[in-house]
Amino acid sequence: MTQVPPPMAMLAELTHRCPLSCPYCSNPLELEARSRELTTEQWLRVFREAADLGVLQLHLSGGEPATRRDLVDLVKGAREAGLYTNLITSGIGLTRARLDELDAAGLDHIQLSLQGMDAETADRIGGYRGGFERKMQVAGWIKDIGFPLTLNCVLHRQNLHQLPRAIEMAVEMGARRIEVAIVQFYGWAMLNRNALMPTREQAREAEMIVAEARERLKGTLVIDFVPADYHGDYPKRCMNGWGSVGLNITPEGTVLPCHAAQTIKHLEFWSVADRSLSEVWYDSPAFNAYRGTDWMKEPCRSCEHKLKDLGGCRCQALAISGDPAAADPVCVKSPDHGKLQEMAMQFSDGESDELTYRTPA
Amino acid sequence: MIADGAIPIVPRGVRLHQDRARNRWVLLAPEKTIALDQIGYAILSEVDNRSEFGEIVSRLASKYEAPVEQIRPDVAGFINTLAARRILEVI
Repeated sequence: MTQVPPPMAMLAELTHRCPLSCPYCSNPLELEARSRELTTEQWLRVFREAADLGVLQLHLSGGEPATRRDLVDLVKGAREAGLYTNLITSGIGLTRARLDELDAAGLDHIQLSLQGMDAETADRIGGYRGGFERKMQVAGWIKDIGFPLTLNCVLHRQNLHQLPRAIEMAVEMGARRIEVAIVQFYGWAMLNRNALMPTREQAREAEMIVAEARERLKGTLVIDFVPADYHGDYPKRCMNGWGSVGLNITPEGTVLPCHAAQTIKHLEFWSVADRSLSEVWYDSPAFNAYRGTDWMKEPCRSCEHKLKDLGGCRCQALAISGDPAAADPVCVKSPDHGKLQEMAMQFSDGESDELTYRTPA
Repeated sequence: MIADGAIPIVPRGVRLHQDRARNRWVLLAPEKTIALDQIGYAILSEVDNRSEFGEIVSRLASKYEAPVEQIRPDVAGFINTLAARRILEVI
């Protein structure tokens, strides 16, 4: 194996607690309780270790990171460690006073999520009444203070028609970027696949809307787009390579190569509660399991795209093909590609829009 | 092209950072990290949110003993590329 590069980005899931209960939450089905969360001092130690290791960008996420009472101290500590500090938030739990404190603490950037582009849709999908109105208020404060803003919208069958409005809203809020991600099917989203899977036509239309808006809004708004995975022919370059660019830390300190990695049950994950971050990054069995290309089987092993997509997503290979070292079944070369397309068709035909909401942590 | 009187700005949320682990300079921006080569670093070191584009070009020209007309398009290209990605602004 070639030498392992140091990580660039770290996603710190400060807590699984969240006032919202989005049916596609990226947290695992088994949520961590508050009593198991890392303390302020532990997080601050991890931030310093991350900066020393080579991490440049820190994403404070959750759950809702604003439910941590020590959020301002964590931001201050992250900045002192030299990290570029980004807050990924639903906006719920942020007041004007708290945003001013975060500003003084040196917070670099805010990513605000929207579950829908009007109150009825957003509050229904987020499972939180009054949430949309509150978000609009928070967006106003963010603009007043001058924080750089990215709007984040997870889109699916029930809100994809609002994509043009999402782009307009980003411009109105003065956001520099919008991240438009068509829901990826893991964990909670997988439970809700029949209600969330977009049709192939919706997925194509979204791509055209994004292409047109990118051209029209050049220099005003940057649009980052994650297309509908199941409707593709080649897999995503998942995480830019397993254990190669980024890492996630769960609320109780387990270090993961990606959100869904714990669905691969045989992997051994290490924790920052009892090891240094450097030790976990370079030496833990879970991080070394799918680094590079040595783990690949056919059709990946001899494929001309293997360094481009790195075989796609390990968790999806496990979920659909039953083997985390198989090709991501999104790939046309996977023996399970037909099965995946069949599943996408079935799910998108789901007759009910009824949602199974995430449970409280 | 950029007018000589225009002022390139490093906006809030974007900063130069010494990436010690990789022995280089980077520009940190919202959810983006841009690795800088020596030329990129030299240009950004002159962007102080006050100097006009023309002044920046002539300072770089004298510092690196290169003709103004030769470096002007390169400096403009670098700044415009970052401005299109909303990482720099030109006012």
